[in-house]
Amino acid sequence: MTAQPTQQTRRIWVFIEQEDGAPHPVSWELLGAARRLAAELDAEHAVVEGVLLGHQVAPIAQEAFRYGASRVYLIDDPVLALYRNLPYAAGVSRLVQSYQPEIFLVGATTLGRDLASAIATRVQTGLTADCTELTIDPKQQILAATRPTFGGNLMATILCRQRRPQMATVRPRVLPMPQPLAEAAGELIREPLDMAEEEVPVRRLRLIPSQQQLNLEYADVIVAGGRGLGGPDGLPLLEELAQALGGVLGVSRPLVDAGWVSAEHQVGQTGKTVRPKLYIAAGISGAVQHRVGMSGADFILAINSDPQAPIFQVADLGIVGDLYQVAPELIRQVRALQGGDDHVR
Amino acid sequence: MHTVVAIKQVPDTSNVRINPDTGTLIREGAPVIINPYDVHALEMAVRLKERFGGKVTVLTMGPPKAAEALVECIEQGADRGILITDRKFAAADTLATSYVIAHAIEAIQAEEPVDLLLFGKQAIDGDTAQVGPGVASRLDVPLISYAIQIEAFDPAARRAIVHRRIEQGIEVLETSLPALLTVEKEIAAIRRAPLPNLIRAAGYQPEVWSADAPNPFDPASIGIKGSPTIVGKAFTPPPKEAGELVHVADVGLAAAVSTALAKIAAAGVVATLPAGAKGGSP
Ligand SMILES: Cc1cc2nc3c(=O)[nH]c(=O)nc-3n(C[C@H](O)[C@H](O)[C@H](O)COP(=O)(O)OP(=O)(O)OC[C@H]3O[C@@H](n4cnc5c(N)ncnc54)[C@H](O)[C@@H]3O)c2cc1C
Ligand SMILES: Nc1ncnc2c1ncn2[C@@H]1O[C@H](COP(=O)(O)O)[C@@H](O)[C@H]1O
Repeated sequence: MTAQPTQQTRRIWVFIEQEDGAPHPVSWELLGAARRLAAELDAEHAVVEGVLLGHQVAPIAQEAFRYGASRVYLIDDPVLALYRNLPYAAGVSRLVQSYQPEIFLVGATTLGRDLASAIATRVQTGLTADCTELTIDPKQQILAATRPTFGGNLMATILCRQRRPQMATVRPRVLPMPQPLAEAAGELIREPLDMAEEEVPVRRLRLIPSQQQLNLEYADVIVAGGRGLGGPDGLPLLEELAQALGGVLGVSRPLVDAGWVSAEHQVGQTGKTVRPKLYIAAGISGAVQHRVGMSGADFILAINSDPQAPIFQVADLGIVGDLYQVAPELIRQVRALQGGDDHVR
Repeated sequence: MHTVVAIKQVPDTSNVRINPDTGTLIREGAPVIINPYDVHALEMAVRLKERFGGKVTVLTMGPPKAAEALVECIEQGADRGILITDRKFAAADTLATSYVIAHAIEAIQAEEPVDLLLFGKQAIDGDTAQVGPGVASRLDVPLISYAIQIEAFDPAARRAIVHRRIEQGIEVLETSLPALLTVEKEIAAIRRAPLPNLIRAAGYQPEVWSADAPNPFDPASIGIKGSPTIVGKAFTPPPKEAGELVHVADVGLAAAVSTALAKIAAAGVVATLPAGAKGGSP
């Protein structure tokens, strides 16, 4: 367990987030980014390593190796069975102090945001939240972390010149998912937590699970509706289209604010970042706060009655028309295509 | 029962204008508001005061203009407002900000004990959500982020039960006090300010703290010196090239839709749509 960083080893760390033994896919997205950063930084000496905390979670390390970690630091302890800020922050901060990574990436999930800031404060370094792009500044050889500010109206590239590690969080689905290797081996380094349950001031009494597991972030097809629906009665129509395409329902924020639909469906800056293969935006104007959440989709179809709507600027194809005409026709034609009935051929 | 609430005055981001040439925020005439989440944090503090007695202290670090925000907090039911302002604090990132707020809370605590610290879940100007967790780490008090409800609160036994929203649902936690909560809007609904508060606020002058008095801050931990991160550059996001538009009014409904489906199928993005399909013809 002793740290023996050779003078030249430059560690790029990724926090491997897990809950109940299930790794969060954002961890793999970050490992993909870390590999790219390692190549940009110093292909010879930069290494990509994972940090994993939990109880009986060692199998997750194997997965981390397949996504490109050459080493995983594991703190496995019953105190870590459920995420709590204090033991996680204390454990990770100690690892940081022993191994001195140069860059440290954490998912901007509920858990990751809670944790990353506590670590950065403990080790007194800089943290850039919710980055949309990570590169190495070629001149200064440091991390250039770009993020939206002022409600997405402005992008800022943040640098952390002196202190280490340079920390950044990235939301799920902002970075592409890398291909895992079929087989890969790495080194597992076990470290102790050194904290007893009695030292943790917070205890989970219970969990009220959310009724539906929507998983908007990882949906392949999203049919999203906006204020153009005019009322909650239009939502079943879009749900039907989503179902026909094997997708799920997304919405713009006003629909959540109006109480038509629960917040889990919201796409955008204060909702979810999504990266589906197909995003259909119906009756959504395309405000910047909405676009930052969905512009990473592979294909965007926008339906809007106003040809000037800004959503058309990010759409691959726009249909100028009334969604109450277009959506039913889409459902009809999609069903016809899938049913493969006669009049399609 | 003493609650300290940290608030921030922010530009109303639904109304910001960006100078397209310089890529910077046009601050002149930009309306400012109290960060929306912080208003709900204050409301929660006022409700606890109504139930248990005691007092609510509000603090903010910002420009002299932020005094207005503190006066608004007095209207809403706060008892004491502290404005921490000094040019030396300028250009603080979240690490320097959390130092200043934590140090100020220690000074308040030295005067009278604090039972609860309430923060917004994030400030809408930067959306970082870092300052609350940072302050909790510095003060070494339990942190509960994304809090949506206080189910039970017992200042005498120094325990509270708090609900927080996480990805799997709602987590119910028991914590010792003092604790630091960062709150969602659901934590407490805003009420109209009662008349006596308005009258008191009309003549209220917040206390002003500088970098040196009444409690000196460590010069190396504030402002630019205390901020490890800097903005390398700022720019407006580049526009993407717009795609093709088909008008239902020009080509007809069925043709517009079949064109769209053919394009989607050609892009090969949806497994349930056979590639090579020409779109469902009418
Ligand atoms: C700090 C901040 C954070 C925010 N975060 C988010 C966020 O996360 N997500 C989000 O979505 N928004 C967010 N917003 C709100 C955002 O600025 C916009 O107000 C919102 O996205 C607009 O929603 P909309 O497009 O549904 O409504 P509108 O802007 O009202 O657009 C409705 C559109 O429907 C069209 N339309 C009307 N009738 C029809 C019809 N019959 N057929 C076809 N088209 C029709 C209209 O032409 C119009 O373009 C945020 C705002 C702020 C200030
Ligand atoms: N300058 C400040 N003064 C007082 N409180 C602040 C300040 N900046 C942030 N906060 C508090 O920290 C919360 C989170 O802010 P942020 O980390 O900037 O998203 C806010 O909702 C406030 O409660």
